[in-house]
Amino acid sequence: MELEEHLFRREAGRITAALTRLFGVHNLALAEDVVQDAFCRALEVWKFRGVPENPSAWLMATAKNRALDVLRRERTARTYAPELGRLLESEWTLVPAIQELFSPAAIKDDELRMMFSCCHPRLAEESQIALILHILCGFSVSEVAGAFVSGHAAMEKRITRSKKVLAESKRLFEIADDADFSVRLPAVQRALYLLFNEGYHGSSTKAAVRAELCREAMRLTKILLGHPPAATPATHALAAMMHLHAARLPSRVDGAGNLSPFYEQDRSRWDTELIVEGQRLLDLAATGPEMSEYHVEAGIAAIHATATSAENTDWRTIVSFYDMLMSIRPSPVVALNRAIAVAEMEGPESGLRELHAIEGRERLLSYPFYSAALGELELRRGRRKVAREHFEAALLLARSPMERQFLERRVSACDEKDKESAAVSAAASQKTEVR
Amino acid sequence: MSEFLFLYRGGEGGRSPEVAQQTIQKWMTWMKELGAKGHIKDQGHPLERTGKLVKGQKKAVTDGPFAEAKDIVGGYTLIEAKDLSQATELSLGCPIFEFGGSVEVRPIMQLSM
Repeated sequence: MELEEHLFRREAGRITAALTRLFGVHNLALAEDVVQDAFCRALEVWKFRGVPENPSAWLMATAKNRALDVLRRERTARTYAPELGRLLESEWTLVPAIQELFSPAAIKDDELRMMFSCCHPRLAEESQIALILHILCGFSVSEVAGAFVSGHAAMEKRITRSKKVLAESKRLFEIADDADFSVRLPAVQRALYLLFNEGYHGSSTKAAVRAELCREAMRLTKILLGHPPAATPATHALAAMMHLHAARLPSRVDGAGNLSPFYEQDRSRWDTELIVEGQRLLDLAATGPEMSEYHVEAGIAAIHATATSAENTDWRTIVSFYDMLMSIRPSPVVALNRAIAVAEMEGPESGLRELHAIEGRERLLSYPFYSAALGELELRRGRRKVAREHFEAALLLARSPMERQFLERRVSACDEKDKESAAVSAAASQKTEVR
Repeated sequence: MSEFLFLYRGGEGGRSPEVAQQTIQKWMTWMKELGAKGHIKDQGHPLERTGKLVKGQKKAVTDGPFAEAKDIVGGYTLIEAKDLSQATELSLGCPIFEFGGSVEVRPIMQLSM
């Protein structure tokens, strides 16, 4: 029997969520210990006996038995989930209560509760995502640090602090309270959006890490969609956006592990199933009065995903979507993307004018793709020397070897005589991918 | 062919879900390879980390653990190999070394009568 990829990570999240519900959020550390125990046991047994028929059930059952041991042994020494207190006190009710708590439907709710709990208003967005990755996606501290290109020590500090906030919140987020639920839902959507973006545009150099982050964001969004109060048009739009972007993931990196410019991407490698599903979700999102940023971003992604080529892309509509995005959530990065789309629609001069007029563009100065965008448009106008300087400035800001190589190729493109057109396309391409 | 006992010591302890999964994968691959080459007489068993220690003329009974974590025998496998050097060679592929564990290779005494 083969082990399904990332099975342990996924089960770690599910079991931790279930155990935290059982023990109470103040006993998060205890829940994590029990999960660790169950995994150690799997390690000891499976290496001799092979993987059991149903490994998920095996892990869950082992954790459940450990939890029962803990509850019996420490019944009086600790307090557990206040809302379950009485059920856990008597042996009569203990076992059936635990059976119930570990049913698949209950665990789905536990994952949802944990997701909402991690998006605690006292936590910064980056901490919320780190916590979600660590607790619900089973990433170790160093794996989370790797995903964010952060140091291990800094990430450990951040996660420890965040867990403390979570543990001090007294109880897990109550998903049955509709009013609270709809107040926190946007924070959860935002965290999943950022998690996906970290995978799609993030600075981690490992293609595999990036794909995993995208996959986890999609898995958690699917859980949201499975819970009717969470399945709002905005959540559908968010899921649509993820599908439409993920469809293009396979072609973003070429065979040699290099970032592949949008214009040069092999569109035959785009995943049509994901595109179809993305469009279906986008249709479902198109109800009600709300036009969220996710609607707009999904709209942009849908145009890209269905265009037959970069040239045959409806840039006019894309520009109008970016205008909308600027009114919903203005940012220099959105403005940068908009300027690139304008350049596609009206030519490099207009694009450059927009780039120079971006409000708050000083915030983009540490961002390699602002200089790179200037370089591409200058190159397209034929001002090689200026273009080259912009690319060299961008190169100094590159955050990963992958970005560095990409920009080095752009610098040398400025020296080539006959490759203008290719250069131009490569340019805009990379830009439209930037968030 | 002679028989040997592999005693696995230590090499456990905390690790992330992903690393735990990869470790299991490595162990299974290693065991499978040994089996395919006909070296496994008995796949053996994992041992619980707890137990009792009975000792001395007074037969004093104490609880485990009996040693430091790194010295606890976590399991065993019965191996068939040409000689001690081949058996030792076979142990080199064991994933336990990545986590600071050890394999003790002990010939089973041949009783020729």
